Formats: sequence, structure tokens, C-alpha cells
Amino acid sequence: MSLETFLLMRHELLLIAAALLVLMAEIFWNQDKRRYISLFSIVIFGVITIAGFLPSPAGQLFGGMYVTNGTRLLMKNILNIGALIVFLQSVTWLNKDENSEKISEYFILLVSTLIGMNFMISAGHFLMFYIGIELATIPIAALAAFERYKNNSAEAGIKLILSSALSSGILLYGLSMIYGTTGTFYFQGIAELFKNTNLQILGFIFFFAGMAFKISIVPFHLWTADVYEGSPINITSYLSVVSKGAAIFILIIILFTVFPVIMATWQKTIYVTSILTMTIGNLFAIRQQNLKRFLAFSSISQAGYILLGFIGGNQLGMASVIYYILVYIFSNLGAFGVVIAISNATGKENMDDYNGLYHTNPKLSLALTLALFSLAGIPPVAGFFGKFFLFTAAAQQGFYFLVLIAVLNTIISLYYYLLVVKAMFINKGDTPILKFSSDFPTRFALGLCMAGIVATGFASIIFEVIKDWSYGV
Amino acid sequence: MDILTLFVVIPVLTITAIIFLKDTRQVRLISAIGMGIQLLLAAVLIFLYLSARHSGNTDEMLFVKDYLWFKSLNIHYAVGVDGISVAMIGLTSLVVFAGVFASWEVDILRKEFFISLILLASGVFGFFISIDLFTMFLFYELAVIPMYLLIGIWGSGPKEYSAMKLTLMLMGGSALILVGLLGIYFNSSPDGSQYTFNMLEISKVLIPLPAQRVFFPLTFVGFGVLGALYPFHTWSPDGHASAPTAVSMLHAGVLMKLGGYGAFRVAIFLMPEAAHELSWIFIILTSISVVYGAFGAIAQKDLKYINAYSSVSHCGLVLFAVLMMNKTAMNGAIIQMISHGLMTALFFALIGMLYGRTHTRMINQMGGLMKVIPFLSVAYVIAGLASLGLPGLSGFVAEMTIFVGAFQHPELFYRIVTIVAVSSIVITAVYILRVVAILLLGPTTNEHYEHFTDAKWFERVSVITLIGSVAAIGLAPLWLLTMIGNSMQPIVERVIALNPF
Repeated sequence: MSLETFLLMRHELLLIAAALLVLMAEIFWNQDKRRYISLFSIVIFGVITIAGFLPSPAGQLFGGMYVTNGTRLLMKNILNIGALIVFLQSVTWLNKDENSEKISEYFILLVSTLIGMNFMISAGHFLMFYIGIELATIPIAALAAFERYKNNSAEAGIKLILSSALSSGILLYGLSMIYGTTGTFYFQGIAELFKNTNLQILGFIFFFAGMAFKISIVPFHLWTADVYEGSPINITSYLSVVSKGAAIFILIIILFTVFPVIMATWQKTIYVTSILTMTIGNLFAIRQQNLKRFLAFSSISQAGYILLGFIGGNQLGMASVIYYILVYIFSNLGAFGVVIAISNATGKENMDDYNGLYHTNPKLSLALTLALFSLAGIPPVAGFFGKFFLFTAAAQQGFYFLVLIAVLNTIISLYYYLLVVKAMFINKGDTPILKFSSDFPTRFALGLCMAGIVATGFASIIFEVIKDWSYGV
Repeated sequence: MDILTLFVVIPVLTITAIIFLKDTRQVRLISAIGMGIQLLLAAVLIFLYLSARHSGNTDEMLFVKDYLWFKSLNIHYAVGVDGISVAMIGLTSLVVFAGVFASWEVDILRKEFFISLILLASGVFGFFISIDLFTMFLFYELAVIPMYLLIGIWGSGPKEYSAMKLTLMLMGGSALILVGLLGIYFNSSPDGSQYTFNMLEISKVLIPLPAQRVFFPLTFVGFGVLGALYPFHTWSPDGHASAPTAVSMLHAGVLMKLGGYGAFRVAIFLMPEAAHELSWIFIILTSISVVYGAFGAIAQKDLKYINAYSSVSHCGLVLFAVLMMNKTAMNGAIIQMISHGLMTALFFALIGMLYGRTHTRMINQMGGLMKVIPFLSVAYVIAGLASLGLPGLSGFVAEMTIFVGAFQHPELFYRIVTIVAVSSIVITAVYILRVVAILLLGPTTNEHYEHFTDAKWFERVSVITLIGSVAAIGLAPLWLLTMIGNSMQPIVERVIALNPF
């Protein structure tokens, strides 16, 4: 293995270097330089994000276990953008007294999960995939329990680690069945040897169940609301966007490259689960008062819409899924950004506290409105284009009824998103949140999200590039 | 910059100017100037269009500009107008202009009000200039969300409830339209070439009949939700009643016409075979709209509710006429759209002005207003007469054309339904004249009324603009009819080919 091939793992190596640099800074810097650790980490990560966009050749490593090509690089870059915005939004919270001792741990743990996700996305072999998914999950459980003196946070951590462990086990069990029937773990090998026997279908079902846990698809979504509510809000945003996005990316790659033989089976599975996910996610979101739970259920239903991109098995489907994750990153992190800013300034997380927000903090209200409209799929923001392309991908293969159910669900989702808009603009608050201004990283992150929401839809070049890198079954 | 895109650019520029204004008193002025420019531009467009046609240009759509937007899905930003669109653009600019003046005294969050209003208008203009279905749908949905804010913040009565109901039901309509559009798109090239969203190209293609039978009802009902198709009209009474004046004017006057326009331009034009087969279902529903809307208006005691149900009835008549699918009836439908748009805008403006003085909308609490505010009362009488179809005003031209055209349909069923619908003229007369009698004639019921001021200058501008247009169409409809008739010809040819008589 030469240096050139080793450097194909550019993203992962840079991330490992970043984690080690932050660790060094933590160990060797004395107290007064410690204040700069957040800034230092973000600068390094910003450099990595930008460096990720430099063109890189395709290739394989470790005998085909690690695969890199344009599609996977695109996915990794999108996740990097998401993680960068999460980092920027975390700065204010990390500077608080109770967290000031743990700043570097936060960055190192998050970067570790990102390393895991990168390996997972570049997998060409199910063991690489499994290592990646485990590395992506376990540090997050530690992060979910970050505020360990609050009951909710510790509970969230325990729930996350236990349910992750169970679902990982089931996933591995499914993979072992597939190994037993085909004799290989390589993606290409399995694709060639797959025969559609009952045991293989069972293995696939277990594998899908394990992945469905990560993506919060109904009926594997029960951990989502409690974990999202209990975790610190920045970890919630990371879970809902980056963690989910990575799992979706690798799932679509695996479904299209490894399991095309049983496409009829997984189409049926996805048909049913997507209807369930969209509907249950939407119906449960209506009643939520806590904004973290609200955004948790909203993100469950978003995963349901994304499944519509899977179902066709076509190039447009993969393109619309990748595009939608990008749009979803900007929209969801935009919404979370506002909620984080308000939570940092006042500690309030209930919808009732948002009454009359427009009169005191108009820019924040507008940002949240724009983000919610993007999530709902209202023009002219990017969410409209994202949803439209997902529906087009499903309609292309004739799933019109599914599209009809999806658009009807969009209306239900519009109702609960409008409830927040109503609270901010129309309701009169008895004790409205007073005007406050946030510090630079938060504002920069929000600005980035808003720019993304507005521009990603109209700039057709983004979708075209994504479509060029996508492929169908 | 082509002239059509200017119709979207000018509102956006106006909004940008408003955002950066420091002084809220200038907001109204900027809005009036912006929408005044828009009105002038519409007049210029009408003039240019007529002279282009006069010099022999017989293209289906004029001033066409086409930019490729999403290459892989063949989505274009494509704009173009024909006589019908030009007429609708003229209507919209008139109503928006009048609406700005009718909202002169909005106090709360004035900047945000005018921004939302003009955003709404830009969505409507964009809809009328688009000939690419994706762009058309984008502008259509853009027009729905400002409605929520406009009714929810500046409305009256059960405004949150009405706003939410209106928004969700209209989005429901959009949902059905979206599925219909995707169905049309994926059936737009039976010979295997690239799919297209362009209306003109799709109209030259025969969409397979089984697909048409599925997607025509979806599209027609989707647009019908906005066009007050029974039983999807229920958002309308509460929505119009709770909305502030200018919003009601814009909504009943223009937005409901989006539904009618979309129904014939997209549903019937692109899928005429299914339209012929399935028209009987929708004819029944629309005639129920027409008659039930009129009866509903009789029972109301609140002025705005009366007008809302009246709008349901008149907009139902538009859908009724397009479903008849012959030249006269479809021409009549377009004139009815314009005529009713102007009339109902006038009505809502007047109701707003009355409410500003009497602080009630219940008809039994008012009386004898003719003596104290003669200008507004006379305007109200004129609006009422236009609504019930008095010759000399636009309502007569529209309704007569529609009913003559509808009765020309060769099948007995359609003629019977026409007779049923004609009865709505009488019912309309009942509620209009009743309101005029109670409200305006007779002795004044309340001594506070003696102190009322008659119409102020901005109210006069609003009212006179609209009455002038209504009278112009009523007295000299030829110019309008010619403009519409020539553009309707290709559409009618496509539709009639299946039902000659």
C-alpha cells in the first residue's frame, strides 16, 4: 500500500489529526490558553471541511474494504458541513461554567463519531461498516449524558446506549446470517451471490431493523423523543441531523449495491415503514409542547419523507435523498440554532415561552419561521425543492398513492409548524422573552443556515452536481 | 429583462425598499408607488399585447422567455402570456392597487402587513405569467403562506381558527395539485423523449387515457379547493370574514380566480378527454356551489359572510362554465372571473369602510346609511347591482355569456343543470336587495351615524378605480371579449375536437 493509496483516506486522516491536535492542546496548554480551545477546534474543523471539497481520486484500500468515489466524498462533505454548524452553535453553551472543564472532551467525542461515520460511509465490506457504525454510536451516548448531574441527561445516555447496543446486536445477527449464506462480507461479493433465500431475507430484515433504529423509523423510533429531550440541545441537533444523515447515506448505498436482487422485498418494507413513519411522526408532533421533543418528532417524520427517495431505486431517488439531507441539515440546524440561542439566553424550551417572540426578537423569529417553512416544504425556500424532488423520484416509478399520502402528511406537518409561527407572531405573551443578542459563532451559524436554506433551492447547480454523482440500482 | 418577469421583480423591489425603510409612515407611500407602477406596467402590457395581435402575431403565447433551470428534470423558468393571462394580470394589478389604498389605516406592524400583502401579490403575478408547471406551482404555493400571517395577525373575529383552516385546506388543494402535476409530467412524452413541464408542449401530446382518469380529478379538485368547489369551499366564509379588508379583497377578488384559471388551464386544457368523460360529476358539484352559495348568503347576518358566500356562488359559476367546454361558455367564464374579481374587491373595500365607521358588520344593527354617507352608499348600491347582473355593468355581460354558452351544450343533462344554475340570479337578487334595503335605505337607526364622515380621499381612489372598471366592462365589453376570445380559440379547438356540434 503506497502513500498515495493511504492518502485516499484523506477525510478520516484529517479528522484523526484534528482529534489528536485538540487532545494535545488539552494536555499541554495551561489554564489561560485553555480558553481558546473552542476557537482552535472550530478553526481546525473549518479547515478540514473546506479541504474536503478538494477533488480526490476514486480508489480502494485494504483489499476493497474501504471504497472511495465521488458519491461517498459528497456524502462526507455534506456531513462535515452539518458538524461544522453544530460546533459553531455549541460554543456559547460550552463557555458556560458547568461545561468549561469539558470543552475538549466534547470536540474529541464528536470528532470520533464523525470518524466512525466517515468509515461507515466508505465501507465496501460489512466489517468496516460495522466498525464505523459502532464508532459512530458509542461516543454519542457519552455525549448524551454530558450534563451528568441532570437526571434527564443521564437517562438519555442510558437509553441511547442500551437501545443502540440491542439494535447493533440485531444488525450483526442479520449480517451473520447473510455471511452464513454467501460466505463473504464484501458488498460486491454478496451482491453477486445473493439468491433470495428465506434465510437471506431474514438476515436482511434484521439488518434493516438495526439501521431503522439509527434513522428513527417507526416502529424503531421509541428512543428518539426521550433521548432528544434529555440530551443537551447541541447533541440533540447533532443526533437529529448528522447521525441520521450518515445512517441514511450508508443505507441507500447498501440497498442499491448489495441488495438489488431483493428489491421487491425492500420496496414493500420501505413502502409500509415510510407511511407509518410519516404519519405517526406527524400525529405525535402535534401535541408536543417541549420544543426539543417537538423537533424530535418532526425529524422522525422527515425520515419518512426521505424514505420516498429510496423506494424507486432510481438515480433520481439517490440524488433527491442526498439533496434533501443537505437541505434538511440547513433547515433543522437553523431551527435548532434559534432554539439553542433562546435556551442559552433564558433556559426556556417550551412553546408557550415563545409567545410574542416576534415583538422582542424579530430576527430570531424570522430565522425560525424560515427554517420551519423549509422543513414544511413551502416555497420559495429549499425545503420545497427537496420535497418536490423526493416526490418526483417516487412518482417516476409509479408510486403515486405513496406520494399522495406524503403530501397529505405535509399538510399535517404544516399545522404543527404553524403552531410555532402562531406563538411567535400572533399570540400575546404574558412574560415574553426579552430582547437579547447572541455572540458571533451563534449568529454566524444561523446566517450560514439561512443562506443555505435560501440558496440551495434556487441554485440548480447544487442539485445537478449531486445528481451527477448518484446512481440507481 | 423581459416585461413579464418585471411583474415579479417590481413587487420584490418594493418589498426590499419597505424592509429598509426607517419611517413607517412612508411604508404606505412606497407600497402605493410600487403597486401603481405595477398597474401602469399592466396597462402597458395590455397595450403591447393588443398591438402585437393587431400586427398579425398569432402565436399561442406572446412575450415568451424560457430559461433552463434544472437540467436533469427539464424544469424551466418559462413565462408567456396570452389574452386570458393578460386580462387576469390587469385584474390583479387593479385589485392590489385598490387594496393598498383600502389598507391605508392599518396601524399594527404596518411594515410587515404591506410586505406580506405585496408578497402575496407577487405570488399571484408569478402564477399568471408562468407557462412551466413547476414554476406555476411554486408561485401558487408562495401565495398561500402570507395568507396565514395576514389573517392571523391583522384579522378580526376567530382569526387564528380561520387562518389555520384556510391555510390547511388550501395546502390540501396544493397537495392534490402536486400529485396531479407529477402524473402529467411523467405522462408528457409517450414517445420516450424527455419529460417536460411546459404547458404548451404537453398540450400537444395525448396523455394516456387511464392516467388522465386518475390525474384529472386530482388536479381539478386541487384547483377547485381554491376556486370554491363544493364541498371544499368551507374555508371561504370564515377565511373571508376574519381577514382584514385588503386581504379579503385580494383573496376573493384574485386568489379564488387562481383556482378557476388553474382548473381550465391545467386540468381541462391538458387533459380534455378525461374532462369530457368526468365533467358530469363536477358539473353537479359546481351547480351545487352556485345555488347553495347563494342560499347560504341569504341566511347570513354578517356583511362579510354574505359576501363570502356570494363569492362561493360566483366562483362556482366560473368552474361551472369552464366545464361546459364550448367557446361561449369558456369566454363567459373568463369574463366572470374578471367581473367578479372587481366586484367583490369593491364589496369588501366598501364593507371595510362601513365597518370603520359603524364598528359592526351585522346588518340588523345598521340602517339608513344613505342619508349620512351618500358616496359610500351609492357605491354599495352599484356594487350590488353589478353582482345581481344588471345590464350596463360587468356582471350582466359575464352571466349572460355563461348561461347562453352553457345552454348551447347539446346534452339534456347539461341544459337542465344550466336552468338550475340560472335560478341563482334570482336568489342573488334576494340577498343583495335585502341588504341594500336594510342597510342603506330608510331612516337612520342610530344617532351616532349623524357624525359620520363620508369617504376620504384614499377610499375614493379605491372605490372609483373599481367602479370605473366594472362599468367599462359592462358598457363596452368588446375590447375585453376580443382579447380573450382570440386566445381562447386554441384551447377551445383542443377541447372541442372531441365534442363537436
